[in-house]
Amino acid sequence: MADPDTHSRPVEFRGGGFAPKPIRGLGPAVFIVLFILWEIGSRTGVISALVLPAPSEALVALRDLWVSGELWLHLGASLQRLLMGWTIGSVLGIALGLLIGLFSIVRAGVSPLVSAIFPIPKIALLPLFIIWFGIGEESKVALILFGTFFPTVIFTYGGVDNVDRSLIRMGQSFGLSWFSIVRKIILPGALPAILSGMRVSSAIAIILIVAAELIAAEKGIGAYVQIAGSLFATDQLIAGVAILSVLGLTVSWLIGKAERFLLRWRN
Amino acid sequence: MDLHLEGITHRYGDMTVLDGIDLKIESGQIVCVIGPSGCGKSTLLRFIGGLERPDSGEVLQVGNAPAESLNPLTYIFQDFALLPWRTVEGNVSLVLEDHDLSRHAAAEIIEDVLARTKLTDFKKAFPRQLSGGMKQRVAIARALAVKPAVMLMDEPLSGLDAQTRELLMDDLIDLWSREKFTAVYVTHNLNEAVRLGHKIVVLSRRPGRIREIVEIDTPIDGRRRGNAVLNQTQDVLWELLREEAIAADMELTNG
Ligand SMILES: Nc1ncnc2c1ncn2[C@@H]1O[C@H](COP(=O)(O)OP(=O)(O)OP(=O)(O)O)[C@@H](O)[C@H]1O
Ligand SMILES: [Mg+2]
Repeated sequence: MADPDTHSRPVEFRGGGFAPKPIRGLGPAVFIVLFILWEIGSRTGVISALVLPAPSEALVALRDLWVSGELWLHLGASLQRLLMGWTIGSVLGIALGLLIGLFSIVRAGVSPLVSAIFPIPKIALLPLFIIWFGIGEESKVALILFGTFFPTVIFTYGGVDNVDRSLIRMGQSFGLSWFSIVRKIILPGALPAILSGMRVSSAIAIILIVAAELIAAEKGIGAYVQIAGSLFATDQLIAGVAILSVLGLTVSWLIGKAERFLLRWRN
Repeated sequence: MDLHLEGITHRYGDMTVLDGIDLKIESGQIVCVIGPSGCGKSTLLRFIGGLERPDSGEVLQVGNAPAESLNPLTYIFQDFALLPWRTVEGNVSLVLEDHDLSRHAAAEIIEDVLARTKLTDFKKAFPRQLSGGMKQRVAIARALAVKPAVMLMDEPLSGLDAQTRELLMDDLIDLWSREKFTAVYVTHNLNEAVRLGHKIVVLSRRPGRIREIVEIDTPIDGRRRGNAVLNQTQDVLWELLREEAIAADMELTNG
Protein backbone atom coordinates (compact mmCIF):
# COMPACT_ATOMS: atom_id res chain seq x y z
CA MET A 1 0.00 0.00 0.00
CA ALA A 2 2.86 2.32 0.70
CA ASP A 3 4.30 2.19 -2.82
CA PRO A 4 2.56 4.32 -5.38
CA ASP A 5 0.71 1.89 -7.64
CA THR A 6 2.16 2.17 -11.14
CA HIS A 7 0.45 -0.86 -12.54
CA SER A 8 -1.39 0.15 -15.73
CA ARG A 9 -4.44 -1.56 -17.17
CA PRO A 10 -7.06 -0.66 -19.79
CA VAL A 11 -10.06 1.29 -18.59
CA GLU A 12 -12.98 -1.02 -18.03
CA PHE A 13 -15.49 -0.86 -20.92
CA ARG A 14 -18.97 0.03 -19.67
CA GLY A 15 -20.74 1.23 -22.82
CA GLY A 16 -22.49 -0.86 -25.42
CA GLY A 17 -25.87 -2.56 -25.47
CA PHE A 18 -29.27 -0.86 -25.56
CA ALA A 19 -28.93 -0.44 -29.31
CA PRO A 20 -31.03 -2.95 -31.25
CA LYS A 21 -29.40 -3.82 -34.56
CA PRO A 22 -30.96 -5.71 -37.44
CA ILE A 23 -29.99 -9.37 -37.80
CA ARG A 24 -30.71 -10.47 -41.34
CA GLY A 25 -32.61 -13.64 -41.97
CA LEU A 26 -33.36 -14.49 -38.35
CA GLY A 27 -37.03 -13.52 -38.58
CA PRO A 28 -37.80 -15.72 -41.64
CA ALA A 29 -35.73 -18.54 -40.10
CA VAL A 30 -37.94 -18.55 -36.98
CA PHE A 31 -40.98 -18.67 -39.25
CA ILE A 32 -39.67 -21.60 -41.25
CA VAL A 33 -38.56 -23.61 -38.19
CA LEU A 34 -41.97 -23.10 -36.59
CA PHE A 35 -43.77 -24.26 -39.72
CA ILE A 36 -41.53 -27.33 -40.02
CA LEU A 37 -42.14 -28.27 -36.37
CA TRP A 38 -45.86 -27.76 -36.87
CA GLU A 39 -45.85 -29.92 -40.02
CA ILE A 40 -43.89 -32.69 -38.25
CA GLY A 41 -46.25 -32.47 -35.29
CA SER A 42 -49.27 -32.87 -37.53
CA ARG A 43 -47.81 -35.73 -39.53
CA THR A 44 -46.75 -37.71 -36.47
CA GLY A 45 -50.13 -37.10 -34.87
CA VAL A 46 -48.79 -35.08 -31.90
CA ILE A 47 -51.08 -32.27 -33.07
CA SER A 48 -54.55 -33.68 -33.73
CA ALA A 49 -55.90 -32.87 -37.18
CA LEU A 50 -59.14 -31.74 -35.55
CA VAL A 51 -57.40 -29.08 -33.49
CA LEU A 52 -55.07 -27.72 -36.12
CA PRO A 53 -54.51 -28.79 -39.72
CA ALA A 54 -51.01 -29.25 -41.07
CA PRO A 55 -49.60 -26.15 -42.77
CA SER A 56 -49.45 -28.16 -45.99
CA GLU A 57 -53.22 -28.70 -45.81
CA ALA A 58 -53.80 -25.01 -45.27
CA LEU A 59 -51.61 -24.39 -48.31
CA VAL A 60 -53.73 -26.76 -50.35
CA ALA A 61 -56.86 -24.91 -49.20
CA LEU A 62 -55.21 -21.67 -50.23
CA ARG A 63 -54.37 -23.10 -53.65
CA ASP A 64 -57.94 -24.31 -54.10
CA LEU A 65 -59.14 -20.81 -53.30
CA TRP A 66 -56.83 -19.45 -55.93
CA VAL A 67 -57.66 -22.03 -58.61
CA SER A 68 -61.41 -21.77 -58.13
CA GLY A 69 -61.20 -17.99 -58.37
CA GLU A 70 -62.95 -17.65 -55.03
CA LEU A 71 -59.91 -15.91 -53.60
CA TRP A 72 -60.56 -12.84 -55.74
CA LEU A 73 -64.25 -12.95 -55.01
CA HIS A 74 -63.70 -12.82 -51.24
CA LEU A 75 -60.63 -10.65 -51.24
CA GLY A 76 -62.22 -8.30 -53.78
CA ALA A 77 -65.34 -7.90 -51.68
CA SER A 78 -63.35 -7.18 -48.52
CA LEU A 79 -60.94 -4.81 -50.24
CA GLN A 80 -63.71 -2.85 -51.86
CA ARG A 81 -65.46 -2.23 -48.54
CA LEU A 82 -62.18 -1.50 -46.88
CA LEU A 83 -61.00 1.01 -49.46
CA MET A 84 -64.29 2.85 -49.69
CA GLY A 85 -64.87 3.10 -45.96
CA TRP A 86 -61.29 3.92 -45.12
CA THR A 87 -60.85 6.53 -47.85
CA ILE A 88 -64.05 8.38 -47.07
CA GLY A 89 -63.45 8.07 -43.33
CA SER A 90 -59.92 9.44 -43.67
CA VAL A 91 -60.87 12.33 -45.95
CA LEU A 92 -63.74 13.42 -43.72
CA GLY A 93 -61.63 12.82 -40.61
CA ILE A 94 -58.77 14.96 -41.88
CA ALA A 95 -61.24 17.69 -42.85
CA LEU A 96 -62.92 17.80 -39.44
CA GLY A 97 -59.56 17.45 -37.68
CA LEU A 98 -58.30 20.53 -39.56
CA LEU A 99 -61.44 22.49 -38.71
CA ILE A 100 -61.06 21.62 -35.03
CA GLY A 101 -57.38 22.53 -35.17
CA LEU A 102 -57.98 25.84 -36.91
CA PHE A 103 -61.21 27.21 -35.45
CA SER A 104 -61.79 27.60 -31.72
CA ILE A 105 -65.53 27.55 -32.20
CA VAL A 106 -65.45 24.13 -33.90
CA ARG A 107 -63.03 22.84 -31.29
CA ALA A 108 -65.19 23.94 -28.38
CA GLY A 109 -68.35 22.67 -29.99
CA VAL A 110 -67.33 19.41 -31.58
CA SER A 111 -64.29 17.96 -29.86
CA PRO A 112 -66.19 16.80 -26.71
CA LEU A 113 -68.53 14.90 -29.01
CA VAL A 114 -65.58 13.31 -30.79
CA SER A 115 -64.03 12.32 -27.48
CA ALA A 116 -67.32 10.76 -26.38
CA ILE A 117 -67.82 8.69 -29.52
CA PHE A 118 -64.16 7.72 -30.04
CA PRO A 119 -63.99 5.02 -27.31
CA ILE A 120 -67.17 3.17 -28.38
CA PRO A 121 -66.18 -0.15 -29.97
CA LYS A 122 -67.75 0.58 -33.33
CA ILE A 123 -68.69 -3.04 -33.99
CA ALA A 124 -71.45 -2.54 -31.42
CA LEU A 125 -73.03 -0.15 -33.89
CA LEU A 126 -73.26 -2.70 -36.70
CA PRO A 127 -76.83 -3.81 -35.83
CA LEU A 128 -77.86 -0.17 -35.90
CA PHE A 129 -76.17 0.38 -39.25
CA ILE A 130 -77.91 -2.73 -40.63
CA ILE A 131 -81.24 -1.26 -39.55
CA TRP A 132 -80.36 2.08 -41.16
CA PHE A 133 -78.56 1.00 -44.33
CA GLY A 134 -79.76 -2.58 -44.88
CA ILE A 135 -77.81 -5.81 -44.89
CA GLY A 136 -75.88 -4.96 -48.07
CA GLU A 137 -72.60 -3.15 -48.66
CA GLU A 138 -73.69 0.18 -47.28
CA SER A 139 -73.85 -0.90 -43.65
CA LYS A 140 -70.35 -2.37 -43.78
CA VAL A 141 -68.84 0.62 -45.55
CA ALA A 142 -70.57 2.89 -43.03
CA LEU A 143 -69.10 0.89 -40.17
CA ILE A 144 -65.56 1.24 -41.49
CA LEU A 145 -66.10 4.88 -42.33
CA PHE A 146 -67.30 5.53 -38.80
CA GLY A 147 -64.54 3.48 -37.24
CA THR A 148 -61.71 5.21 -39.13
CA PHE A 149 -63.19 8.70 -38.97
CA PHE A 150 -62.70 9.34 -35.25
CA PRO A 151 -59.07 8.30 -34.81
CA THR A 152 -58.24 10.31 -37.93
CA VAL A 153 -59.92 13.40 -36.47
CA ILE A 154 -58.03 13.06 -33.22
CA PHE A 155 -54.65 12.46 -34.83
CA THR A 156 -55.17 15.32 -37.29
CA TYR A 157 -56.01 18.00 -34.81
CA GLY A 158 -53.29 16.74 -32.49
CA GLY A 159 -50.93 17.22 -35.43
CA VAL A 160 -52.22 20.72 -36.13
CA ASP A 161 -51.80 21.64 -32.45
CA ASN A 162 -48.20 20.48 -32.59
CA VAL A 163 -47.17 22.50 -35.61
CA ASP A 164 -44.29 24.75 -34.62
CA ARG A 165 -45.86 28.14 -33.75
CA SER A 166 -42.70 29.95 -34.78
CA LEU A 167 -43.18 28.71 -38.35
CA ILE A 168 -46.71 30.11 -38.40
CA ARG A 169 -45.38 33.42 -37.05
CA MET A 170 -42.78 33.38 -39.80
CA GLY A 171 -45.51 32.87 -42.40
CA GLN A 172 -47.49 35.78 -41.01
CA SER A 173 -44.41 37.99 -40.85
CA PHE A 174 -43.85 37.47 -44.57
CA GLY A 175 -47.44 38.39 -45.29
CA LEU A 176 -48.53 34.92 -46.43
CA SER A 177 -52.28 34.57 -46.85
CA TRP A 178 -54.27 32.55 -44.34
CA PHE A 179 -54.86 29.92 -46.97
CA SER A 180 -51.15 29.69 -47.82
CA ILE A 181 -50.26 29.30 -44.16
CA VAL A 182 -52.72 26.42 -43.81
CA ARG A 183 -51.65 24.72 -47.00
CA LYS A 184 -47.90 25.24 -46.89
CA ILE A 185 -47.13 25.32 -43.17
CA ILE A 186 -49.90 23.72 -41.12
CA LEU A 187 -50.80 20.80 -43.38
CA PRO A 188 -47.24 19.60 -44.01
CA GLY A 189 -46.45 20.16 -40.33
CA ALA A 190 -49.37 17.97 -39.32
CA LEU A 191 -48.65 15.34 -41.95
CA PRO A 192 -46.51 13.05 -39.76
CA ALA A 193 -49.34 12.84 -37.23
CA ILE A 194 -51.93 12.35 -39.97
CA LEU A 195 -49.94 9.45 -41.39
CA SER A 196 -49.62 7.87 -37.92
CA GLY A 197 -53.38 8.23 -37.68
CA MET A 198 -53.80 6.43 -40.99
CA ARG A 199 -51.65 3.58 -39.75
CA VAL A 200 -53.88 3.21 -36.70
CA SER A 201 -57.11 3.61 -38.66
CA SER A 202 -56.04 1.03 -41.26
CA ALA A 203 -55.60 -1.55 -38.51
CA ILE A 204 -59.00 -0.62 -37.10
CA ALA A 205 -60.52 -0.89 -40.58
CA ILE A 206 -59.25 -4.44 -41.06
CA ILE A 207 -60.55 -5.54 -37.65
CA LEU A 208 -63.93 -3.98 -38.35
CA ILE A 209 -64.39 -5.40 -41.83
CA VAL A 210 -63.59 -8.93 -40.69
CA ALA A 211 -65.89 -8.59 -37.68
CA ALA A 212 -68.68 -7.26 -39.85
CA GLU A 213 -68.24 -10.03 -42.40
CA LEU A 214 -68.20 -12.66 -39.66
CA ILE A 215 -71.56 -11.38 -38.52
CA ALA A 216 -73.34 -10.63 -41.75
CA ALA A 217 -71.94 -11.26 -45.21
CA GLU A 218 -71.88 -13.85 -47.96
CA LYS A 219 -68.66 -12.69 -49.55
CA GLY A 220 -65.45 -11.43 -48.03
CA ILE A 221 -62.53 -12.96 -46.16
CA GLY A 222 -64.45 -12.73 -42.89
CA ALA A 223 -67.40 -14.61 -44.43
CA TYR A 224 -65.04 -17.25 -45.81
CA VAL A 225 -63.51 -17.77 -42.37
CA GLN A 226 -66.95 -17.87 -40.78
CA ILE A 227 -68.23 -20.53 -43.19
CA ALA A 228 -65.03 -22.57 -42.78
CA GLY A 229 -65.44 -22.43 -39.02
CA SER A 230 -69.04 -23.53 -39.06
CA LEU A 231 -68.06 -26.54 -41.23
CA PHE A 232 -65.04 -27.34 -39.01
CA ALA A 233 -62.89 -26.91 -42.13
CA THR A 234 -59.86 -25.81 -40.14
CA ASP A 235 -57.58 -25.91 -43.19
CA GLN A 236 -59.71 -23.24 -44.89
CA LEU A 237 -59.96 -21.34 -41.65
CA ILE A 238 -56.18 -21.16 -41.33
CA ALA A 239 -55.91 -20.20 -45.01
CA GLY A 240 -58.33 -17.31 -44.40
CA VAL A 241 -56.40 -16.13 -41.36
CA ALA A 242 -53.17 -16.25 -43.36
CA ILE A 243 -54.74 -14.04 -46.01
CA LEU A 244 -55.69 -11.54 -43.30
CA SER A 245 -52.13 -11.52 -42.02
CA VAL A 246 -50.81 -10.83 -45.51
CA LEU A 247 -53.44 -8.14 -46.01
CA GLY A 248 -52.41 -6.40 -42.78
CA LEU A 249 -48.73 -6.63 -43.65
CA THR A 250 -49.35 -5.25 -47.12
CA VAL A 251 -51.32 -2.28 -45.84
CA SER A 252 -48.70 -1.40 -43.25
CA TRP A 253 -45.94 -1.81 -45.87
CA LEU A 254 -47.80 0.57 -48.21
CA ILE A 255 -48.20 3.13 -45.46
CA GLY A 256 -44.53 2.78 -44.62
CA LYS A 257 -43.75 3.49 -48.28
CA ALA A 258 -46.01 6.51 -48.28
CA GLU A 259 -44.35 7.80 -45.11
CA ARG A 260 -40.89 7.40 -46.52
CA PHE A 261 -41.92 9.25 -49.65
CA LEU A 262 -43.99 12.03 -48.10
CA LEU A 263 -41.69 12.59 -45.12
CA ARG A 264 -38.41 12.19 -46.99
CA TRP A 265 -37.35 15.60 -45.68
CA ARG A 266 -37.01 14.05 -42.21
CA ASN A 267 -34.21 11.62 -42.96
CA MET B 1 -38.90 54.90 -44.99
CA ASP B 2 -38.39 55.66 -41.29
CA LEU B 3 -40.11 54.11 -38.30
CA HIS B 4 -41.11 56.13 -35.25
CA LEU B 5 -41.95 54.37 -32.00
CA GLU B 6 -44.07 56.55 -29.77
CA GLY B 7 -44.75 55.73 -26.15
CA ILE B 8 -44.83 51.97 -26.52
CA THR B 9 -46.14 50.47 -23.28
CA HIS B 10 -47.24 46.92 -22.77
CA ARG B 11 -48.18 44.54 -20.00
CA TYR B 12 -48.69 40.81 -19.95
CA GLY B 13 -51.19 40.11 -17.19
CA ASP B 14 -50.12 42.43 -14.37
CA MET B 15 -46.47 42.45 -15.42
CA THR B 16 -45.40 45.58 -17.25
CA VAL B 17 -42.93 44.51 -19.90
CA LEU B 18 -42.27 47.73 -21.78
CA ASP B 19 -42.79 51.24 -20.51
CA GLY B 20 -42.88 54.32 -22.70
CA ILE B 21 -40.44 53.47 -25.43
CA ASP B 22 -39.79 56.33 -27.88
CA LEU B 23 -37.38 55.60 -30.67
CA LYS B 24 -36.64 56.76 -34.20
CA ILE B 25 -35.34 54.26 -36.71
CA GLU B 26 -33.89 56.11 -39.66
CA SER B 27 -33.59 54.76 -43.13
CA GLY B 28 -30.22 53.18 -43.86
CA GLN B 29 -29.26 52.79 -40.22
CA ILE B 30 -28.79 49.74 -38.07
CA VAL B 31 -30.25 50.19 -34.60
CA CYS B 32 -29.02 47.63 -32.11
CA VAL B 33 -31.11 46.89 -29.03
CA ILE B 34 -29.47 45.39 -25.97
CA GLY B 35 -30.77 44.79 -22.46
CA PRO B 36 -31.01 42.17 -19.77
CA SER B 37 -32.87 38.95 -20.37
CA GLY B 38 -36.64 39.34 -20.19
CA CYS B 39 -36.68 43.13 -20.55
CA GLY B 40 -38.93 42.97 -23.59
CA LYS B 41 -36.60 43.16 -26.56
CA SER B 42 -38.32 40.41 -28.53
CA THR B 43 -41.67 41.85 -27.57
CA LEU B 44 -40.62 45.25 -28.88
CA LEU B 45 -39.52 43.69 -32.16
CA ARG B 46 -42.88 41.95 -32.53
CA PHE B 47 -44.59 45.34 -32.14
CA ILE B 48 -42.34 46.96 -34.73
CA GLY B 49 -43.16 44.30 -37.33
CA GLY B 50 -46.88 44.28 -36.56
CA LEU B 51 -47.02 40.72 -35.23
CA GLU B 52 -48.49 41.97 -31.96
CA ARG B 53 -50.13 45.21 -30.75
CA PRO B 54 -48.90 47.21 -27.76
CA ASP B 55 -51.40 48.19 -25.03
CA SER B 56 -50.62 51.83 -25.74
CA GLY B 57 -48.32 53.79 -28.01
CA GLU B 58 -47.83 53.42 -31.72
CA VAL B 59 -45.34 52.29 -34.28
CA LEU B 60 -45.54 54.78 -37.13
CA GLN B 61 -44.28 54.27 -40.63
CA VAL B 62 -42.97 57.57 -41.94
CA GLY B 63 -42.87 57.77 -45.70
CA ASN B 64 -43.54 54.95 -48.11
CA ALA B 65 -41.58 51.78 -48.58
CA PRO B 66 -39.87 51.57 -51.98
CA ALA B 67 -42.36 50.34 -54.58
CA GLU B 68 -40.35 47.20 -55.33
CA SER B 69 -40.44 46.11 -51.69
CA LEU B 70 -42.66 43.01 -51.40
CA ASN B 71 -42.61 42.85 -47.61
CA PRO B 72 -41.37 46.11 -46.09
CA LEU B 73 -40.94 44.82 -42.53
CA THR B 74 -39.10 41.50 -42.64
CA TYR B 75 -37.86 39.34 -39.78
CA ILE B 76 -34.81 37.19 -39.37
CA PHE B 77 -35.38 34.86 -36.46
CA GLN B 78 -32.95 33.37 -33.98
CA ASP B 79 -34.20 29.84 -34.68
CA PHE B 80 -34.10 30.43 -38.48
CA ALA B 81 -37.76 29.36 -38.90
CA LEU B 82 -37.12 27.38 -42.08
CA LEU B 83 -39.70 24.89 -43.27
CA PRO B 84 -37.98 21.51 -42.84
CA TRP B 85 -40.02 19.99 -45.67
CA ARG B 86 -38.83 22.51 -48.23
CA THR B 87 -35.44 22.74 -49.84
CA VAL B 88 -33.31 25.86 -49.63
CA GLU B 89 -34.81 27.03 -52.91
CA GLY B 90 -38.33 26.12 -51.75
CA ASN B 91 -37.93 28.07 -48.53
CA VAL B 92 -37.04 31.21 -50.47
CA SER B 93 -39.76 30.56 -53.01
CA LEU B 94 -42.34 30.29 -50.18
CA VAL B 95 -42.28 34.02 -49.49
CA LEU B 96 -42.63 34.91 -53.19
CA GLU B 97 -45.51 32.60 -54.03
CA ASP B 98 -48.23 34.85 -52.66
CA HIS B 99 -47.04 37.76 -54.79
CA ASP B 100 -48.02 38.41 -58.31
CA LEU B 101 -44.73 37.39 -59.92
CA SER B 102 -44.18 35.44 -63.08
CA ARG B 103 -42.49 32.07 -62.65
CA HIS B 104 -39.50 33.49 -64.45
CA ALA B 105 -39.24 36.59 -62.27
CA ALA B 106 -39.47 34.52 -59.10
CA ALA B 107 -36.78 32.14 -60.33
CA GLU B 108 -34.55 35.11 -61.09
CA ILE B 109 -34.98 36.54 -57.60
CA ILE B 110 -34.23 33.16 -56.03
CA GLU B 111 -31.09 32.73 -58.16
CA ASP B 112 -29.95 36.20 -57.23
CA VAL B 113 -30.42 35.99 -53.45
CA LEU B 114 -28.89 32.51 -53.26
CA ALA B 115 -25.87 33.78 -55.16
CA ARG B 116 -25.58 36.77 -52.81
CA THR B 117 -25.61 34.49 -49.77
CA LYS B 118 -23.28 31.94 -51.43
CA LEU B 119 -25.88 29.20 -51.36
CA THR B 120 -26.26 28.47 -55.06
CA ASP B 121 -24.67 25.03 -54.71
CA PHE B 122 -27.04 24.08 -51.91
CA LYS B 123 -30.34 25.09 -53.43
CA LYS B 124 -31.64 21.51 -53.54
CA ALA B 125 -30.61 20.71 -49.96
CA PHE B 126 -33.06 20.30 -47.10
CA PRO B 127 -32.51 22.33 -43.90
CA ARG B 128 -31.51 19.27 -41.86
CA GLN B 129 -28.53 18.82 -44.19
CA LEU B 130 -27.21 22.32 -43.45
CA SER B 131 -25.06 23.69 -40.65
CA GLY B 132 -26.47 26.41 -38.38
CA GLY B 133 -24.59 29.13 -40.21
CA MET B 134 -25.92 27.99 -43.57
CA LYS B 135 -29.46 27.81 -42.23
CA GLN B 136 -29.20 31.41 -41.08
CA ARG B 137 -27.87 32.36 -44.51
CA VAL B 138 -30.93 30.74 -46.04
CA ALA B 139 -33.05 32.84 -43.70
CA ILE B 140 -31.14 35.93 -44.80
CA ALA B 141 -31.59 34.98 -48.46
CA ARG B 142 -35.31 34.55 -47.84
CA ALA B 143 -35.46 38.00 -46.24
CA LEU B 144 -33.54 39.59 -49.11
CA ALA B 145 -35.90 38.01 -51.63
CA VAL B 146 -38.80 40.22 -50.51
CA LYS B 147 -36.65 43.38 -50.72
CA PRO B 148 -37.36 44.59 -47.21
CA ALA B 149 -37.33 48.25 -46.27
CA VAL B 150 -36.47 47.34 -42.67
CA MET B 151 -35.00 44.08 -41.41
CA LEU B 152 -36.02 43.02 -37.92
CA MET B 153 -33.45 40.68 -36.47
CA ASP B 154 -33.90 38.94 -33.12
CA GLU B 155 -30.55 37.58 -31.98
CA PRO B 156 -29.89 36.21 -35.46
CA LEU B 157 -26.44 34.92 -34.57
CA SER B 158 -27.06 33.64 -31.04
CA GLY B 159 -27.70 30.07 -32.07
CA LEU B 160 -24.33 29.80 -33.81
CA ASP B 161 -20.82 28.99 -32.67
CA ALA B 162 -18.29 31.80 -32.30
CA GLN B 163 -16.45 31.23 -35.59
CA THR B 164 -19.61 31.00 -37.66
CA ARG B 165 -20.88 34.09 -35.92
CA GLU B 166 -17.77 36.07 -36.94
CA LEU B 167 -18.11 34.91 -40.54
CA LEU B 168 -21.78 35.79 -40.73
CA MET B 169 -21.15 39.14 -39.11
CA ASP B 170 -18.64 39.89 -41.87
CA ASP B 171 -21.29 38.83 -44.39
CA LEU B 172 -23.80 41.19 -42.82
CA ILE B 173 -21.31 44.05 -42.86
CA ASP B 174 -20.57 43.35 -46.53
CA LEU B 175 -24.23 43.26 -47.28
CA TRP B 176 -24.87 46.53 -45.49
CA SER B 177 -21.99 48.23 -47.32
CA ARG B 178 -23.59 47.26 -50.62
CA GLU B 179 -27.24 47.80 -49.87
CA LYS B 180 -27.39 50.18 -46.90
CA PHE B 181 -30.39 48.37 -45.48
CA THR B 182 -32.27 49.56 -42.43
CA ALA B 183 -32.38 47.19 -39.47
CA VAL B 184 -33.36 46.75 -35.88
CA TYR B 185 -30.94 44.24 -34.43
CA VAL B 186 -31.63 42.70 -31.03
CA THR B 187 -28.62 41.04 -29.43
CA HIS B 188 -27.04 39.98 -26.17
CA ASN B 189 -23.61 40.24 -27.67
CA LEU B 190 -22.02 43.64 -27.10
CA ASN B 191 -19.38 42.98 -29.71
CA GLU B 192 -22.06 42.47 -32.36
CA ALA B 193 -23.72 45.66 -31.18
CA VAL B 194 -20.62 47.83 -31.55
CA ARG B 195 -19.65 46.24 -34.86
CA LEU B 196 -23.04 46.60 -36.51
CA GLY B 197 -24.87 49.45 -34.83
CA HIS B 198 -25.12 53.08 -35.84
CA LYS B 199 -27.20 53.49 -32.75
CA ILE B 200 -27.20 51.21 -29.72
CA VAL B 201 -30.28 51.32 -27.54
CA VAL B 202 -29.73 50.10 -24.00
CA LEU B 203 -32.91 48.96 -22.30
CA SER B 204 -33.28 48.76 -18.53
CA ARG B 205 -34.41 45.62 -16.76
CA ARG B 206 -38.14 44.93 -16.80
CA PRO B 207 -40.19 47.04 -17.20
CA GLY B 208 -38.04 47.87 -20.21
CA ARG B 209 -37.34 51.59 -20.54
CA ILE B 210 -34.69 53.26 -22.66
CA ARG B 211 -31.71 53.64 -20.39
CA GLU B 212 -29.39 55.21 -22.91
CA ILE B 213 -28.82 55.53 -26.63
CA VAL B 214 -25.18 55.31 -27.70
CA GLU B 215 -24.25 56.43 -31.20
CA ILE B 216 -21.12 55.28 -33.01
CA ASP B 217 -19.84 57.51 -35.80
CA THR B 218 -17.17 55.21 -37.26
CA PRO B 219 -18.57 53.89 -40.58
CA ILE B 220 -19.68 50.28 -40.24
CA ASP B 221 -17.45 49.01 -43.04
CA GLY B 222 -14.47 50.79 -41.46
CA ARG B 223 -14.75 49.12 -38.07
CA ARG B 224 -11.82 46.80 -37.51
CA ARG B 225 -11.73 44.24 -34.77
CA GLY B 226 -9.80 45.66 -31.82
CA ASN B 227 -10.58 49.27 -32.79
CA ALA B 228 -10.01 51.42 -29.69
CA VAL B 229 -13.23 53.44 -29.98
CA LEU B 230 -15.26 50.28 -30.33
CA ASN B 231 -13.59 48.63 -27.36
CA GLN B 232 -14.21 51.69 -25.27
CA THR B 233 -17.87 51.83 -26.31
CA GLN B 234 -18.21 48.16 -25.55
CA ASP B 235 -16.87 48.79 -22.04
CA VAL B 236 -19.31 51.64 -21.53
CA LEU B 237 -22.19 49.43 -22.64
CA TRP B 238 -21.06 46.65 -20.37
CA GLU B 239 -21.00 49.01 -17.37
CA LEU B 240 -24.53 50.13 -18.21
CA LEU B 241 -25.77 46.58 -18.60
CA ARG B 242 -23.95 45.10 -15.64
CA GLU B 243 -26.00 46.84 -12.98
CA GLU B 244 -29.21 46.08 -14.81
CA ALA B 245 -28.29 42.46 -15.33
CA ILE B 246 -27.31 41.94 -11.69
CA ALA B 247 -30.49 43.60 -10.49
CA ALA B 248 -32.61 41.60 -12.95
CA ASP B 249 -30.95 38.42 -11.79
CA MET B 250 -31.75 39.18 -8.14
CA GLU B 251 -35.38 39.84 -9.03
CA LEU B 252 -35.70 36.56 -10.83
CA THR B 253 -34.22 34.54 -7.99
CA ASN B 254 -36.47 36.34 -5.52
CA GLY B 255 -39.41 35.29 -7.65
N1 LIG C 1 -46.97 36.10 -25.12
C1 LIG C 1 -46.57 36.34 -23.85
N2 LIG C 1 -47.42 36.17 -22.82
C2 LIG C 1 -47.02 36.42 -21.56
N3 LIG C 1 -45.79 36.83 -21.21
C3 LIG C 1 -44.91 37.02 -22.20
C4 LIG C 1 -45.24 36.79 -23.57
N4 LIG C 1 -44.16 37.05 -24.32
C5 LIG C 1 -43.20 37.43 -23.47
N5 LIG C 1 -43.64 37.43 -22.19
C6 LIG C 1 -42.86 37.84 -21.03
O1 LIG C 1 -42.49 39.17 -21.23
C7 LIG C 1 -41.16 39.38 -20.80
C8 LIG C 1 -40.33 39.94 -21.92
O2 LIG C 1 -40.17 38.94 -22.90
P1 LIG C 1 -39.25 39.11 -24.17
O3 LIG C 1 -39.21 37.80 -24.84
O4 LIG C 1 -39.68 40.28 -24.95
O5 LIG C 1 -37.85 39.42 -23.48
P2 LIG C 1 -36.43 39.54 -24.17
O6 LIG C 1 -35.88 40.85 -23.77
O7 LIG C 1 -36.50 39.25 -25.61
O8 LIG C 1 -35.65 38.39 -23.41
P3 LIG C 1 -34.43 37.52 -23.94
O9 LIG C 1 -33.24 38.39 -23.82
O10 LIG C 1 -34.38 36.39 -22.96
O11 LIG C 1 -34.73 37.09 -25.32
C9 LIG C 1 -40.66 38.06 -20.27
O12 LIG C 1 -40.77 38.08 -18.87
C10 LIG C 1 -41.60 37.06 -20.87
O13 LIG C 1 -41.76 35.98 -19.98
MG1 LIG D 1 -35.82 37.63 -26.86
